[in-house]
Amino acid sequence: MKEKIVEILTDLRPEFDFTEDVDFIEEGMLDSFDIVSLVDELETNFGIKIQGIDVIPENFSTLDKIETLLKKSGAA
Amino acid sequence: MNLKFKNKRIAGILTILPKRVVAFEEEMGNYNFPEKKSLRLKKIMGYNTHRIAAEGQCSSDFCIHGLQYLFDNGMLQKDEIDALLFVSQSPDYFMPPTSNLIQGHFGLKHDMICMDINQGCAGFELGLMQAFMLLEQESINKVVLMNADVLSPKVSIHDRNRNPLFGDAAAITIVEKTNDDEDIYVAVKMDGTGAKSLMIPAGGFRMPCSEETAIEHEDEAGNFRSLNNLVMQGDDVFNFVQREVPPMIQDLLERAHLTADDIDWYMFHQPNKFMLNKLADAIGVAYDKMPSNIVENFGNASGVTVPTCISFNLGEKLEQESYQMCLAGFGVGLTWAAIIMKVGNLSFNRIIEY
Repeated sequence: MKEKIVEILTDLRPEFDFTEDVDFIEEGMLDSFDIVSLVDELETNFGIKIQGIDVIPENFSTLDKIETLLKKSGAA
Repeated sequence: MNLKFKNKRIAGILTILPKRVVAFEEEMGNYNFPEKKSLRLKKIMGYNTHRIAAEGQCSSDFCIHGLQYLFDNGMLQKDEIDALLFVSQSPDYFMPPTSNLIQGHFGLKHDMICMDINQGCAGFELGLMQAFMLLEQESINKVVLMNADVLSPKVSIHDRNRNPLFGDAAAITIVEKTNDDEDIYVAVKMDGTGAKSLMIPAGGFRMPCSEETAIEHEDEAGNFRSLNNLVMQGDDVFNFVQREVPPMIQDLLERAHLTADDIDWYMFHQPNKFMLNKLADAIGVAYDKMPSNIVENFGNASGVTVPTCISFNLGEKLEQESYQMCLAGFGVGLTWAAIIMKVGNLSFNRIIEY
């Protein structure tokens, strides 16, 4: 799952290395409109719906957190 | 705050749009972002075309054009107007009230109430609430509610996160007494601690416009704007809407003894397609019951989006049919409000251009 997430993130912001162990939000690697695009790509690629109330920057700050959110949203 | 009214109806809706149509692609070069990224957002957010007022056109000009249209076509008589409400964040002047200017323009009777209300995204619901309150009075039988905003001069053309979303427009809604005693359920909530999430920092008495406030700065996302421009903390507003609006709607449905399926149309404020689809998911409503096509066609004109949504999506159909509607607005203030009421058999429901 993480490999696919990295692939999607890299397509969104090719200038950054999303395999690094950093906070994507604090480092300025994802802004709020990147998150909107990311949600759309994750929903399409994993066939899920992410609840609006979960679309908060904290849930997209690391690969682990994105994976946790995807599982919560029904991704296998 | 829960309110309930009876014996009031919407009698007609006229939406007035600027003639000028601006396409997202025309403005893409103004933004500091790669084309691919902007086009991706176009699809998700619903950016497409928006209506922009001509230079010098004010909110009141659209209202005056609309009222003249109604008078000329015999759809409204001057002497039957008992109150004129102007709901806007773009008045002609700090003083006098724009509603008084409009009254003076038409030489309307003195025995009436003119009132300006500073409200934005929930301005249609707040305006209807005020109209219903006025109609509780024996001497008031017809209220003309004008929602109007020309905010495009206050939005930086170099701000991709905001500029493509906004549009200019006005709507005139006639609200009157009726013998029909269907209940109208209203919910209004406010949270001023979030007031600065959506604001125009300079231009008022607190921070007058100056050479310094006109200097554009780059924000953390790469957008350029000055303190004279509208700024929106997108994350904060999005989270507030997703957190607060669904429970307000559920509570209102319970008060009205209705289920989500009993509502024919959810005519909501139109900030962007993504936010509306997430709201529809949270409330458990099919997307086709909650139209989200106003930003892509006309732009978000603040409190005008709900009447525009009704006029654009239902048009003349609403002159013959009646539907159970849930109207909702949310944003600047922070303010969020919703109304459940029957809307239909209108004398008119149309869009004109100016």
